[in-house]
Order: sequence, then structure tokens, then C-alpha cells
Amino acid sequence: MSGIPHDHYEPKTSGEKWVESRLPVLGLLHSTLFIPTPRNLNWMWIWGIVLAFCLVMQIATGVVLVMHYNPSVSGAFASVEHIMRDVNAGWALRYVHANGASLFFFAVYCHIFRGIFYGSYKAPREITWIVGMLIFFLMMATAFMGYVLPWGQMSFWGATVITGFFSAIPLVGTSIQTWLLGGPAVDNPTLNRFFSLHYLLPFVIAGLVAVHIWAFHTTGNNNPTGVEVRRGSKAEAERDTLPFWPYFVIKDLFALVFVLVIFAAIVGFMPNFLGHPDNYVEANPLKTPAHIVPEWYFLPYYAMLRAITFDIFFINSKLAGVLAMFGSIAVLLLLPWLDTSRVRSGRYRPMFKVWFWLLVADFVMLMWCGSQPPEQPFVIMSQLGTFYWFAFFLVILPILGVVEKPLTPPDTIEADFRAHYGGDGIGRATASHPAE
Amino acid sequence: MARITLVSGLLAGLAIVSLDAVPARAAEEGHVVDYAFSFEGPFGTFDQAQLQRGLQVYTEVCSACHGLKFVPYRELAEHGGPALSEEQMRAYAAMHEVTDADTGESRPATPSDHFATSADPNAPDLSLMAKARHGFEGPSGLLINQLLHGIGGPEYIATLLHSFTGEERSEAGATLYENTAFPGGWISMPPPLGADQVTYADGTPATVEQMSQDVAAFLMWTAEPRMMTRKAAGLTAVLFLIVLTSLLWFTNKKLWKPYKEHA
Repeated sequence: MSGIPHDHYEPKTSGEKWVESRLPVLGLLHSTLFIPTPRNLNWMWIWGIVLAFCLVMQIATGVVLVMHYNPSVSGAFASVEHIMRDVNAGWALRYVHANGASLFFFAVYCHIFRGIFYGSYKAPREITWIVGMLIFFLMMATAFMGYVLPWGQMSFWGATVITGFFSAIPLVGTSIQTWLLGGPAVDNPTLNRFFSLHYLLPFVIAGLVAVHIWAFHTTGNNNPTGVEVRRGSKAEAERDTLPFWPYFVIKDLFALVFVLVIFAAIVGFMPNFLGHPDNYVEANPLKTPAHIVPEWYFLPYYAMLRAITFDIFFINSKLAGVLAMFGSIAVLLLLPWLDTSRVRSGRYRPMFKVWFWLLVADFVMLMWCGSQPPEQPFVIMSQLGTFYWFAFFLVILPILGVVEKPLTPPDTIEADFRAHYGGDGIGRATASHPAE
Repeated sequence: MARITLVSGLLAGLAIVSLDAVPARAAEEGHVVDYAFSFEGPFGTFDQAQLQRGLQVYTEVCSACHGLKFVPYRELAEHGGPALSEEQMRAYAAMHEVTDADTGESRPATPSDHFATSADPNAPDLSLMAKARHGFEGPSGLLINQLLHGIGGPEYIATLLHSFTGEERSEAGATLYENTAFPGGWISMPPPLGADQVTYADGTPATVEQMSQDVAAFLMWTAEPRMMTRKAAGLTAVLFLIVLTSLLWFTNKKLWKPYKEHA
């Protein structure tokens, strides 16, 4: 599949030939499993496997939860308690599913910031990046709708606040809001459609994940140097790469299980730490909680939404807040064209590094602001944070590419790898490589 | 140079505003005592005797107004809870009348029936109360103290029950009672507990603080009846995954060894 020269699959037995001539699935599996992968990938390249695992875990636990869940305003909350108390290991299913969403988002943020630091979005990987952003957007929609399903106080009021944004759109806003909710307010029709979509979207995500993988298997992985794999000959490519199986499969599995140790500890010992106590109170449309806060992974955007407390020309503050929130994600889509630097990896960009880490700090600060009541000093902090978020993408990145003097990246991945690990290159490698 | 000034300026600004934020929050939330409950931490377990005392306080005091609609009577005999004997649990259930869903007639409750709903419509159901409240959220709303002390639901309940000051005031025809643990300071529940209000069978002195802690522990159990199963499973999972990840670490090291001279 990838453009990197490597051995192609040759069916050997008559059975393999029979299948392969009718459906080339064995060749597809072979090229996916043995794809040449840059040998210098560091530990930030493990989040993809964690994310794939999260998707499977969420679908598997979710499918079983659905068997016991009752999507109606009168029965949803009680059915969740039924799962927690009466269903065999139901508590485990629900806690794994609820905390699984947090792991999913933690991993996706690591994955995205990895991509930003190492310039993984730059040519020729723009489509991989954009598909990834679509997946991220669908993840947020899925998580938001999933949080409504237990029908607790935060479920209800979160849904009320978020769908309320749509009413900020001029002229058609209220109609759109009514259409989304299936009525004038969050009620049974809302719960039913959110339930339906919460079940549908993960499968759309799964499809997009296949496209995401297809895209980067076509271009080959980026790597910490941002230098491309040499493609002149197979021998040359093999000095820069190792096959995905077994080298990266085992490495990724180690990392995945390591992450799961922490995940199991959270699910086993503190499963409600990341949730909100108010969601153990059944939804009550007549009683507004003191502070309505979304889940932690939405807090930065929530902070940006609330940061715009002033009108911008003819745009009122409410609409401007909504635009800021969606815009904060939209700028990520444009990232491949906003970054003007000819050097791909942030490792060789001294000025970019500083601004990048400031962006990460900004993200964390906005997360904190989003969890706090909309009062000073959090309003001004959110405003500064929002300003920096947009300034980074729209002003700093384009200018940096022009004014920054990047360091010289190594000529080859092999040079980078040997500088770190020494080794005798390919010699002993081929001897011990089980697939050859 | 200009860049460094900007960064340090931002950091200094953050430091100032975060210090500023602390007192405002502390005043809004009531004070909650950090009790050392037996069920805290990865190895914490419910104290069976305490749950039984808590059940007694709930039955004799709280249930006059509050319900436990998500809890079936049979849970009382489950391992990891108050662990009444089968006969005790059946006898306890039979003390309560329920309306049969099929016949519409009143009959004594059986193990599969749930505790009654709240007798007073203004009194919240207590099944999940220990998970529906938090006692700790600091510093500055970062929840880091929850990592050390837990979310604080049972602590909140226990503190609330003995934090009445004795002050009362009338507001819109209702009487409110001052309570230092309740957010806002005034609660519509009258002080429910007095010293020696119940007589514990195990001879434990029934002080208000003792009863408060016992019923808080009991409500933690009603909110999370599978807690001990969960912690045991969590411990097994963590240990298993640590072994697995160690094996994978060595596998990975061996696999890459031919390519890495100094690693």
C-alpha cells in the first residue's frame, strides 16, 4: 500500500492463491501488517493504537449497555441504576464505558498535539490530518450525546446549554434548535434521537479510522525528525524502516497495556473522579444546577465560548462565543496551510518549540477556566487564552515560517536512529527478522 | 528577550489570579470534615457492623421522610454490604408494606421489592446521595484534594447531620435551619438526630457524630453496593496488567536489541 519499496505478498499455497485471486484480502493484510515504519518513532507514536483500542472498547461495552438501557425520560435514569445493581458486571461495563470516554479524549489530545509538534499535518499528509480532525469532531458529538443518555441533572442541563447555542444563529437559529431537539426543549424526543445517533456515529468513526489509516499508509508515517524515508531502493528504505510487525506491534502493545494499568486503577478505585456528582441526581427541568459544567474534555472550548462577553461589531456576544468555540476547532482543519515553515518537525524549530509549549499550557489553562464559574479572574484568563489560541494558528504560525531560522535536520532517519542508539544498521537486523 | 518577558508576565499574572480565586470558593462551599471511613482507598472495605448501625439509623430516623427507591431489600443480605442473614433480610422486608404492581393491593414486601420512595415529597431520595454530593473540590476547583481524600460525598452527609447551629428563620412560609456544612448555610431539613435517638444493639454509644458517620457509611453502600467487588476486580486487573506490561517490556527490549547498541 505505501509508496515505500518493500516485499509484496506472494500467495504460496493453492488455498492462498484461490482466495487472493478472488479477493486480495491476504495481500491487504500483509501490506498493512508489514508496512515499513520509520525505526526512530518515539513514545508519542503509541496513541494511535490506544485510540483504536478505545474505539473497540467503547463499541463493545456500549453494545452490551444498550441491551439493558431504556431510552425514555421516565426510565433512563433508573435503567442505568439497574445496570449498576442488577446486571452481571454491569457496574464494570458502565464504569469502563464512562471512563473509556475520558481515556479516548486524553489519547486523542496527546495524538493531536504530537501531530502539531512534529508537523504531521504537513504535505503530503494533509488528508490524514483532515480525516483525523473529522474523527475528532465526531468523537465530540458522540461523547456529548452519550453524556445525555444517563438523564442526570448534568445530562439534561448540559444538553439544554449546548443546543441553546444554535439559537444564536441569526434568523434560522431557533428553528434549527427545535429541529435538533425534536421540540421546544430537551425532552423525550431529544433523548431518543441522541440515543440513536450515539449508537450510529461510532461506526461512522470506525469507517473514517480506516480512511485515516489508509491515508497514512499511503504516505508512510511521519517521524520525530520529519525527514522522509528514502525510497530509492528497497535496501535504502530498509535502513530507515522496520516492518510494523513485530517491531511496532510489540512496542505499541507494551505502551497500550501500560496505559491500561492506569485506566484499570481509575475504573477500579476511583471511577467517579472524572464525573460530576450532579449526574447522580435524576434530571429535573424545574431545578437548574448551581454550576453547569461539561465533561473535562470539553472545558477548553466551553471556556472559549464564555470568554466572548462583548459584541464584535454587529455580531452579538452569544453568537460570537459560539463562533469562537467552533472556530477554535476549525483553525485546526486549516493547519496544513497556516504553517509556512519548510522544516516539518518542531524538534528543529527553536522558536516554534516555545510557542508550541505555550499553546499546550494555554489549553490546560482554558480547561481550568472552563471548570470555574463565569466570574473574574476566570473571564479575563479565558479571554487571554482564547486570544492566544487563535493567535497561535492564525498569526504566529504563518509568521514563524518566515522569520525563524530552523536547525538542520539529519539527512536520513537512519542517521538519527544511529545517533541515538548506535547499532550496526541493517546487518544483524535481517538475520533475526522472522518475516524474512 | 521580548518573548521571555511575555511568557514570564503571563505566568506571574496566572499566579496572582489563582491566589485571588481561593477565598471566594471557600466561602461559598460549607465546611466538610474529612472523616477516615473504612471504605476509603484502593483497599478500603465496608465495615459490616457500621452498615448495620447505619441501616438502623436510616430505618428509625431518615425513612420517616426519605426513600431509597433504587435499593432492593435482597441487597441487604449480599456479601460486601450489611450482610444480614437471609432470615433477617426477609423479616426486615416483611416489616414494610408495598403496593403490589399487579394487583394494586397492599402487601408485606418481599426481597425483590425496593425500599419505599420518599414519604415527604420534598425530601430527596437517598439511594445515590453519597455519590451525588461532593465534599472536596480544591484547591481552586482543581479537584486535586479528591485524589487524596476521595470525592467526599459520605463526609458531606456525615458533616451535614451534626452541623446545625440551632438558629432558625422563616422564609416564604417555610422554616430554614442554619447548617454550616450546607452550601448557602440554610437548609429546610430540621436537625434529624439527637443524642441516644437510637439504641445500638452492639452497645456503641449513639452520639450524634457516631450516628451521622454510620448512616453516611450506609448511604455510601446504597449508592455503590458493588464497591468491594469493584475494588477486588480492579486490584486483580491492575496486578495482571502490570505483569503483562512487564513481559511486553522485556519482549520489546529483546526484539529491538539487535538495532540498539546503547539503549
